[in-house]
Amino acid sequence: MINIMKKISLYIIAILLLIFTGYPFLYMISTALKDQSSFFEKPFALFSSFNLENFVSVFEMGLTRYFFNSILITVVAVGVVMFIGALASYPLSRMNFKLNRVVFLLFISGMMLPIHATLIPIFKLTENIGLYDTLWALLGPYIAFSLPISIFILTQFMREIPKALEEAAKMDGCTHFGIFWRVILPMLTPALMTVLIYNFIHLFNEFIFALVLISSPSSMTLPLGLQDFKGEFSVNVPGLMAALTLASLPILVIYLFSQEKVVKGLGGGAVK
Amino acid sequence: METHIKVARSRTKSQAISKRSSTFKNNLTIFLFIAPAFIIYAVYVLYPIYSTFNYSLYEWDGMSEKTFIGLQNYVNLLNDAIFWTSLTNNVWVVLTSIFVQIPLGLIMALMLFAPIRGIRLMNSVYFFPFLMSTVAIGLLWVLMYDPINGVINQLINLLGFGNIAWLSGSNTAMIAVLLVVVWQFSPFYMILFKAAIVGVPEELYEAAEIDGANAFTKFIHITFPMLMPTIVSSSILAIVGSLKAFDIFYIMTGGGPNHSTEIMGTYMFKQAFVNFNMGYASAIAFLMFFIALIVTIIIQLMDYYRKKKGAIS
Repeated sequence: MINIMKKISLYIIAILLLIFTGYPFLYMISTALKDQSSFFEKPFALFSSFNLENFVSVFEMGLTRYFFNSILITVVAVGVVMFIGALASYPLSRMNFKLNRVVFLLFISGMMLPIHATLIPIFKLTENIGLYDTLWALLGPYIAFSLPISIFILTQFMREIPKALEEAAKMDGCTHFGIFWRVILPMLTPALMTVLIYNFIHLFNEFIFALVLISSPSSMTLPLGLQDFKGEFSVNVPGLMAALTLASLPILVIYLFSQEKVVKGLGGGAVK
Repeated sequence: METHIKVARSRTKSQAISKRSSTFKNNLTIFLFIAPAFIIYAVYVLYPIYSTFNYSLYEWDGMSEKTFIGLQNYVNLLNDAIFWTSLTNNVWVVLTSIFVQIPLGLIMALMLFAPIRGIRLMNSVYFFPFLMSTVAIGLLWVLMYDPINGVINQLINLLGFGNIAWLSGSNTAMIAVLLVVVWQFSPFYMILFKAAIVGVPEELYEAAEIDGANAFTKFIHITFPMLMPTIVSSSILAIVGSLKAFDIFYIMTGGGPNHSTEIMGTYMFKQAFVNFNMGYASAIAFLMFFIALIVTIIIQLMDYYRKKKGAIS
């Protein structure tokens, strides 16, 4: 009897948490599928209608452009971070030299830095080099702020690679870059996946740099564009919901296909 | 004889030279590996922190000449009621993380190990909120909080209460936004705790079972103490997290109504890019950096002592 009571209370907690975490998504998707009049008639009925018009109108309003911008800047920034992050992690994790510890700590402490502490100087710098209000204004800040966590993950992983492999390659006359390129990098794939996922999701959703460095719609990324939609859709709730659904879709799809990797990636090295 | 010594000497000399040149070559290699990352990092992170401090000593609108005023911005900051409001709100964000998000994340993680069906569904759905962009989350919840069409007021009506204008009332706005922060970040703590729970050695539970422990005593005497390091470090990291908070407040309330949801992030942004008080905003920003720095040092020290203790025992 006590056992059954216990089970029931566990199920109740589980279901309450499912509603708490999942309901807003159901509400968003089901509202996106309603037209204006059915939204006002029955705003809370779940999946009472199935209407794709909102999605079409969202695309017509320029969401495609924001989408493309976001994907482009995210892919380029993450690609650069993976490469130069791995390069820097190699000596930091596998060589002894004087400033090793200092340089390492300088990089790592960047994880704790509030972006605001760099915002005004980066804004001025971007203006001065003539990148203000272009998509590429975001590249430098995105790379720089992704480096700390990436180097943290990569150095942790590289320390585990046995030294013997490296020595064998050295015997064969490999240069340091040769060792890095042919020995270390191929073994790094799992760590690079973590770096890729973590940074992709964070940069795809990044807001404050975009807000400060970009003002015209043609250069906007998705989060910034969404915020702009808010004004246009202030009366059209289903339209805005359609935009939100579409904006959340890519990451949710990636998640559903490789759940374990995404969870591990977002744990950012804390979760092994 | 002498020539022998000479030869030997010159040999050591040339060895020393080649050794020196090889360390030079080695250093150059190290430099070339680190340089690309370090240069970008220095330009966009390290130097800007110095610039922020430098700007904070001036009165400056961002365009015309700067006027040096020493520490006046910091003095003004201490006398600025809105600054104190935002600092207090930052403290609320921290307290919410420690007393709501972390416990909720722990409960969510424990549910994933509960002896019931549907673990896989829970595992997927509980994590959803953490994946959505903060901007999208903010806009979604603004609509859910809507005084007329919002689903939350509908729920409250069902319970027999009248409509509440959540985000436009000074008393309710902060709570409303904090609930969304909890919704977004609890899943993050869930995955941290899930990993920590998996790391607890199975033998401990087996030994406890032999001693006749039930699920509750096992949690109190084994799981909870084993999770304590995760709880402590997450609680300290919550301070840094609150300094980084910006998006959700900016989207949902913009710091309003009447500064009731102002946090340091939104206040700094307003001073810099709305009022163009760049010097004053830099002072706020540098203070944020300073708090984060102290937290970092505390964490490093704790780590150091934990390792030292581990080495002795």
